Amino acid sequence: MTGQLLLQTVLSGLLVGLVYALVAVGLTIIFGVMDIVNFAHGEFLMVGMYASFWGFALWKLDPLFTLPLTALALFALGAAVYRLVIRRITDAPMLSQIFTTFGLMILARGLAQYLWKPDFRSVDRTIVAGKVAFAGLQFGLPQVVAAGGAVATTGAVWWFLRSTRLGAALEATAADKEAAALMGIDAQKMFALAWGIGAGCAGVAGALLSTYYPIFPEVGANFILMAFVLVALGGFGSVTGAFWAGILVGVVEVVGGFLWDPAYKLVLVLALYLLVVWLRPQGLLGKA
Amino acid sequence: MSRRTGLAVGLASLLGAALFPLLVTRPTWQNTAILMLMTAQLGVAWNILGGYAGQVSLGHAAFFGTGAYVSTLLSMRLGVSPWAGMLAGGAVAAALSAVIGWPCFRLKGHYFAMATIAVGEIVQALVNGWEALGGAVGFSLPFTESGLWGFVWGRSKLPYHYIALGLLLLTLSVNWLVTRSHVGYYLRAIKDEPDAARSLGVSLGRYKQIAMMLSSALAAMGGTLYAQKELFIDPGSTLSTSLSIKMALVAILGGVGTLTGPIVGAVVLTAIEEASRIGFGGTGRGTDLIVYGLLIVVIAVYQPSGIMGWVARRWPAPGPAPTGPPAAGLAPEAKPS
Repeated sequence: MTGQLLLQTVLSGLLVGLVYALVAVGLTIIFGVMDIVNFAHGEFLMVGMYASFWGFALWKLDPLFTLPLTALALFALGAAVYRLVIRRITDAPMLSQIFTTFGLMILARGLAQYLWKPDFRSVDRTIVAGKVAFAGLQFGLPQVVAAGGAVATTGAVWWFLRSTRLGAALEATAADKEAAALMGIDAQKMFALAWGIGAGCAGVAGALLSTYYPIFPEVGANFILMAFVLVALGGFGSVTGAFWAGILVGVVEVVGGFLWDPAYKLVLVLALYLLVVWLRPQGLLGKA
Repeated sequence: MSRRTGLAVGLASLLGAALFPLLVTRPTWQNTAILMLMTAQLGVAWNILGGYAGQVSLGHAAFFGTGAYVSTLLSMRLGVSPWAGMLAGGAVAAALSAVIGWPCFRLKGHYFAMATIAVGEIVQALVNGWEALGGAVGFSLPFTESGLWGFVWGRSKLPYHYIALGLLLLTLSVNWLVTRSHVGYYLRAIKDEPDAARSLGVSLGRYKQIAMMLSSALAAMGGTLYAQKELFIDPGSTLSTSLSIKMALVAILGGVGTLTGPIVGAVVLTAIEEASRIGFGGTGRGTDLIVYGLLIVVIAVYQPSGIMGWVARRWPAPGPAPTGPPAAGLAPEAKPS
C-alpha cells in the first residue's frame, strides 16, 4: 500500500470520527451530569436529520442554513424530555433508568415511522455537494464540512464548559450534586441544561450528516453504539476524552475495514474498546 | 401474599399452562402461549445473573445464539440429535461466558452493562461475516422426520409447548436451588454489599462467574428450542442486542431478583407485543412501536419495582417480614442525602 493511500484512508477515518465525537460529546455530558446512559440519544440525531430534511423538502432551505434552528429545536426537545420524563427517574435505580431511555428510543422510532414513513430519504442538492482535492488526495466536500462543523461545535461546547459561569455551574453539578446545590446552583436547571446541550449536539451532528447520509427512522442505531463506545473509551463524562476517542475510533474503523474486511470493522472497534476498559476501566481520560 | 396463597397461585398457573393448548386450539393463541413460555424461560435465566447477582448483562443474546447455532450446526453437519446439541450449546455458552466474564467483571454498574453490549455486538458481527456459520443469511434447518429424536414436529405445536414448559420449570428449579444454596447468599451479599462481602472473604469474581455460567447455559438451551421451533436462524433473530434487552426487560417488568417476576413480565410483555402487533402492526406505520415504547416508559417510571413489587405492596405477606427483600431488587436504592 502506498503512503498516499494510507494517508487518504487515515484522513477519511478522521473525518468520520470527528462526527462520531460530536454525537458522543452530547451523550457524555448527560452521563457526566446525571449518571444516566441515554439509549435514546441516536433518536435526537434522527430528529435533527429529519428537521434538516423537512427544511429542505418544504422550503428549499439548505441543512447548513437551518443548522442553528435545528440546534435550538433539539435543545428545546432535550430539555423537554428531561422535564417530562427523566426528572421523574433521577434517583431511580440504574435498571429503570436504562429502560426508561430504551422505551423512549422505541417510542421515538415508532413516532418517526408514523409521521414520516419508514422510507429512506435524502437531501439531494446541498450547497456542499462535490469533492475537494489536494496533494493527490480526494474527499467528499459534505464529509469535510461535516467534520469541520463537528469540530467547531465540540470546541464551542468545550469552551462553554470551561469559560462561562453557566458551564462552570454545570461542571460543578457533575462533580458533586450536593455541594453544588449548597453553593446555590439549581440542580434541576443544570440537568435540563445538560439534556438540552446533549440533544443539541446530536441535532447538529444530524444536520451535518443529512448532507450525505440517508435519513430514516432507525438511523440512530448506526450511531448510538459508536457513541457508547466513545463515551466509555474516553471516560464517562469527559468531553475531551470523547473527542480523542472519536478520532481514534474513526481511524481504526476506516483503516481496519480497508486492511482487513469491512464486515469486521465493528469487531475491531469493539475489541479495542474492551481492551482499553479492561486495562483502564475508567477509560482513557476518565477519573478513577 | 402469604406463602400458601403464593403456592396456590403457582400451582394454578402451572395447571393452566399445562392445559392451555388442549383447551385453546387456535394456532395464533397456541403460538402466543409458546412465545410466553420461551420468553419467560429466558427472563428467569437472565435473572440469575442480572437479578440475583446484580450484574446487568445486555449481551445475553450471544449465549442464546450460541445455543441456537451449536445445536443447528451439530445436527446439520454431523447428524447429532438437537437434544444432545442443546446440552452441547449450553456447555459452549458456559465456556464462552467464562471467557467474557473474566475481563468484564472488572467493570461495575453501567460500565459492565456497556461492555456486555459490546460483547454481544462483536459476536453478532463475527457471525454476520462468517460464511461457514451462514453469514448474514443464516440457516434454514432441514425438515427431517417428525419426532422426538429429530426435535421437530410439523403438524402440531403441542410438543413445543410442553418442551418450553419443561425448560421453564428446569430453569426455575436451577434458580430456586441457587437461591437456597450458599451461592445464593453470597450473590445477594455481592449485590447489596460488595465491599463487606469481599472483606468477609467472599470471592466476588468466582460467584459472579458461577451465576453467569448458569445463566448463559440456560439461555443457550432456550436458543436451541427456538431454532428447532422456528427451523430458521440468522444473526438478526438470535444474536441481536434488542433480544438481549428483551431478556432483561421481562425480568424488570415482572420484578428483578424474584423467582416468578420474569414469568409475569414475559406474559405481560408478550401479550402487549402480540396485541399491538396484531392490532396496530402490519400497517408499517409504527403504531405498535409507539404503544410498546410508551408502555415501557410508563412502567419504568411509575413502577420501578415491577409488577411483583406492586403485588407485594398490594397484598403484603402476613407475619414477620420474610427473609430476603421480596422484589426489593428494584426498590429505589437508599441514597445518602
